[in-house]
Amino acid sequence: MTEDVAIMIKEKTKLSAAGVNLWFGNKHVLKNVGVSFSEKKVTALIGPSGCGKSTLLRCFNRMHDLAPDVRIEGKLALEKQDLYDRAISVTQVRKRIGMVFQKANPFPKSIYENINYGLKINDVPAGERQGIIENALKESFLWDEVKDDLKKPATRLSGGQQQRLCIARTVALRPEVILMDEPCSALDPISTSKVEELIEKLREQYTIVIVTHNMQQAQRVADSTIFMYLGEVVEAGNTSDIFNNPQKELTANYVRGHFG
Amino acid sequence: MKLAARERLDKLVKLVFRTTGLLVIMILGGILVMLLWNTFAFFLHVKPVDFVTGTQWNPVGHKARYGMLPLLVSTALVTLGAMAIAIPLGIGTAAFISEYAGKKLRNILKPLIEMLAAVPSVAIGFLGIVIVGPGIASITNQANGLNALNGAILLAIMALPTIITVTEDALQALPQTYREASYGVGASRWQTVRKVVIPAAAPGIIAAVMLGAGRAIGETMTVLMATGNASAFPKGFFHSVRTITATIAIEMGEVPYQTTHYYALFAIAAVLFLITLLVNLAGEYFVNRYRKYQVA
Repeated sequence: MTEDVAIMIKEKTKLSAAGVNLWFGNKHVLKNVGVSFSEKKVTALIGPSGCGKSTLLRCFNRMHDLAPDVRIEGKLALEKQDLYDRAISVTQVRKRIGMVFQKANPFPKSIYENINYGLKINDVPAGERQGIIENALKESFLWDEVKDDLKKPATRLSGGQQQRLCIARTVALRPEVILMDEPCSALDPISTSKVEELIEKLREQYTIVIVTHNMQQAQRVADSTIFMYLGEVVEAGNTSDIFNNPQKELTANYVRGHFG
Repeated sequence: MKLAARERLDKLVKLVFRTTGLLVIMILGGILVMLLWNTFAFFLHVKPVDFVTGTQWNPVGHKARYGMLPLLVSTALVTLGAMAIAIPLGIGTAAFISEYAGKKLRNILKPLIEMLAAVPSVAIGFLGIVIVGPGIASITNQANGLNALNGAILLAIMALPTIITVTEDALQALPQTYREASYGVGASRWQTVRKVVIPAAAPGIIAAVMLGAGRAIGETMTVLMATGNASAFPKGFFHSVRTITATIAIEMGEVPYQTTHYYALFAIAAVLFLITLLVNLAGEYFVNRYRKYQVA
């Protein structure tokens, strides 16, 4: 027990939510959610469809700002910075907290422009962009496959390549946190394993939060796992504890595949 | 129903659809043949070079002249002027409705704008005579405001509903994921609209502009009422012009059947047809060029 505490203290909390409630119109979707994510660790959010895990993920980079009739209460913070502080710019939040979406969504532009866009938006000097783009593609294990036709429309890439391009687009901006919303749900097994390999590599530099429906995936990639059900956090802990030694009946039933 | 009866019905329906389809194609083909036939007859009377390069249109003068340039330039002035006004306004309005306005405002604005398309062209022409014309006249210190600018403004008003509606549909049809991707890398709303949403919707926007341009080129009553119809060679936006459509409308009623003049009107109609065809082909070309970046 004392050892555990020591480890907990060494790990620095990067991203946190406390007492978060969220409503879509009258529908109460997140109920008093409190979670924290450690720096440079991979945390998986699991739970059955509609349990609010994607909704929670999207709170952190303020994607709900776009939708009408969403009401959020509670505190969401990146280190000590309140993410919903009126003084903070939402575009800065999204630069520091990048996101990879469920369905690969490259822009209808060339491969090169897909990454260049974010750099231009964030005023990266023109002279540095080429190097950053090359580097981001290398980090995403995509460089060898696309280096000869960077001018090709990104939509011509395969689904797995598109998703890795979206990851490259995100890491090119050197965010502090990368949110992944079921990044492999539309991919075949080979592409999935490539993306997982990539996550393995990215954990050295980034704090990663990944929503997944795939429990094997959570066990393969995540250091910690958080189980959510009907808008509430049921249990959070080390991935191996959640899967092998869950404390709650509900968690046990879910991870053993009795429902969900 | 019995099997035999069902099969008979099937055959009958097929026959009906085939007949209607062929009938429409035949009517359209017949119009084209008639247009080209009469144009051909015209060129037996007047040399094509004189028609294409002539700067005078005066079919009823002592020595008849059939130069199409003044009419072509008039049509070009009015149409390009209309597009210069309508394209930025139309895209801007559509972007506002689709990207900035709330749901409530959109549900009010869109039907209102669509209603504008139903205003008859003669009513718009009337506005040109009683409002736009005097307005231009007082600003430019001319006797009247029946000129190319007046026509361009009115045609812009007529093309706007089409451009706005089709553009807005194109913007709405874009997957929300494009916007999310853009916001996700830290783009502001304006950056997202300008650099992602509008380029991604380009095929639809070009189609919208082409439809608007097609309407402007072919419009007759409004320009007939508002542009003064002087047959002299047009000197600019502040001078009276006479478009191809207005010329056909004015002269067709007076012209004796199967004379050179009669054939000449078909010839300029053929020119009009050629212009609209080119506009459509250009639109198609641009749509295809952008489409390669779209998800299949």
